Amino acid sequence: MKISFPYIGNGPIAFKYFIEELGHEAVVPPKPSKRTLSLGTQYAPEFACLPFKIILGTYIEVAEQGVDLIITSGGCGPCRAGLYGVLHQKILRDLGFKTRIMVLESVKRYPIRFLKNVHEVISPVGTSWVKFARKFWEGWEKLKALDETEQLSHEIRPYETVKGATTKVYNEALKLIDAARGLDEIRAAKEEARQKLLQVPRDPSRHPLKVGIVGEIYVVIEPFANLDLQVALGEMGVATARHMYLKQWLLDNTGNGEEKISKWARPYLNEMIGGHAIFSVGEAVMYAKQGFDGVVQLAPFSCMPEISVKGILEKISRDFDMPVLTVFLDELTGKAGLQTRLEAFVDLLWQKREKKAAARARELEVRAI
Amino acid sequence: MKRGYLGIDVGSVSTNVVVIDEEGEVLSHLYIRTQGQPIKAVKRGLKETAEKVDGKVEICGVGTTGSARHLTAVMVGADTVKNEITAHAVAASHEVPDAQTILEIGGQDSKIIILRNGVVTDFAMNTVCAAGTGSFLDQQAARLGIPIEKFGELALQSKTPVRIAGRCGVFAESDMIHKQQLGHNLEDIIAGLCEALVRNYLNNVGKGKEILPKVVFQGGVAANVGIRAAFEKALQTEIIVPRYFNVMGAIGAALLARDAVKKKGGTNFKGFDVVDIDYRASSFECKGCANRCEVIEIYQEDEVIARWGDRCGKWESIAM
Repeated sequence: MKISFPYIGNGPIAFKYFIEELGHEAVVPPKPSKRTLSLGTQYAPEFACLPFKIILGTYIEVAEQGVDLIITSGGCGPCRAGLYGVLHQKILRDLGFKTRIMVLESVKRYPIRFLKNVHEVISPVGTSWVKFARKFWEGWEKLKALDETEQLSHEIRPYETVKGATTKVYNEALKLIDAARGLDEIRAAKEEARQKLLQVPRDPSRHPLKVGIVGEIYVVIEPFANLDLQVALGEMGVATARHMYLKQWLLDNTGNGEEKISKWARPYLNEMIGGHAIFSVGEAVMYAKQGFDGVVQLAPFSCMPEISVKGILEKISRDFDMPVLTVFLDELTGKAGLQTRLEAFVDLLWQKREKKAAARARELEVRAI
Repeated sequence: MKRGYLGIDVGSVSTNVVVIDEEGEVLSHLYIRTQGQPIKAVKRGLKETAEKVDGKVEICGVGTTGSARHLTAVMVGADTVKNEITAHAVAASHEVPDAQTILEIGGQDSKIIILRNGVVTDFAMNTVCAAGTGSFLDQQAARLGIPIEKFGELALQSKTPVRIAGRCGVFAESDMIHKQQLGHNLEDIIAGLCEALVRNYLNNVGKGKEILPKVVFQGGVAANVGIRAAFEKALQTEIIVPRYFNVMGAIGAALLARDAVKKKGGTNFKGFDVVDIDYRASSFECKGCANRCEVIEIYQEDEVIARWGDRCGKWESIAM
């Protein structure tokens, strides 16, 4: 079977490996581009959100390549993401494609359905459940390697002495991880990627600002959707962190991560209100308590859960005296406008930090007297 | 000769050029329309400024801001290139030292900046909607056949403003036409529009912000006394419109240039002669990868002096 999947961050590298190892032909979707977005915008309902449109565009692009099956994740709770798979399927069918979409729902909530889905994928190629489990583990290791490498790049970039040097090395590092097969190779590639990044020429005397990124999962992870925000911030001398990696998302959805984050979110938000709202709130509180300089919230335009979060973040911002910048993204968002807001936000954070430092210096002086 | 600093703010609608002295006093200020041709507008602005200050002031630093700040910076040899939010905040706290809130409405964007003790603590800028900015007011003034300068005064003559839907520029226009056809008089409709735009601004850009006095209102739209009155009515506080309200971004850029030059000791200013040099911008789509970046090239005569727009830096860094 020719199998494909949505394009999100570095995920495709791990998905491709996993599907190939199971004995199928993996079709890696092209990186989202203007064409992807144009296709998605043309065939999606006008008021669907940006992730829906980009993902639809990707599906059309892989359907054109004759893909039989697209595997994607489902969504739970009152967010439109739960409808995505069904609606995407209908649109593909209306366009005359035979491609089927399989939606993997939460293993925790629907274990039987999950097992049925896996059976459907592995039985035609005679792959055993044992092999499935082993390959899943390898795929998981690959995903971990990718996510950890990406996080390291965001920590190193603000120190780079030559603009763009980190990104260059990072892209090479991804190729290393992509080429690795089997547990040992994957782990070795991860270590090599780490070493490569650590060798980027850096200026250790800098004290970069620390900014946490929160928001809806797709626009937070996929650089095409957020106009490469983390790299842009990195090149302005800001170290960024985010909780929402694919690795973390899987952990949160299979383990007790959700409950942990929900604890941070209290008392600001005590309920799941859909999408990643409770995560956005919880993560923002977590970053505030960890002493981050600021938080950027990324939200698809018209996303109801994130609109609710925006209001709550204003309160968190006041309570913790930590600036928050909300960015709504849609197909019309221009890079220039975002750049202006980011620059101003970074100016604000620096001024705040300098003011704090000056106050501390004054205090020390007073004490010395 | 007096030492002076040049500030240039090139926005979507207007291009502003100011010269300030060491103390930040404005020596020359200029407000001209960009008309979609930033290079031409900057040249015109520089030429007129040169005529005013030539022989009297020595330019010791240049700062640029506004949406064409990078383009302008390579043209003139800027010492600082700053975003318009920071530039506006710097200028406002210079002109009105104890300002705590800045309302700024320009040609196509509107922003609110919150200052505490002279430091920016929060800001917001319109994201997905430009209803209620200068361009829309211009368009409506033209449609009603009144000069934009008279727009505000007419609004003040109104006794009973009509309620206009201000959420979307296009629907606001439909609503105004509807109210006209019902027979409401012009002053009431204009006053209603001013109130609708202020309501829209406060509910969108200003949402969740703590608006404390002194409140400074600047940007081109601050010239409109109708909007100013609507703000005073909605906020129940005095609204201060600074003397040079429509060139505040440029003043901020000049102040930033002054400070930057002090730190680094000299200026990169190419001189007023740049008005005689031919500058051109062109663009192409890079086909190197799926990003398909639109790369902008700036030519000085026949030589490329700057490139930008590429995500990977391949073009930006090519030796000129």
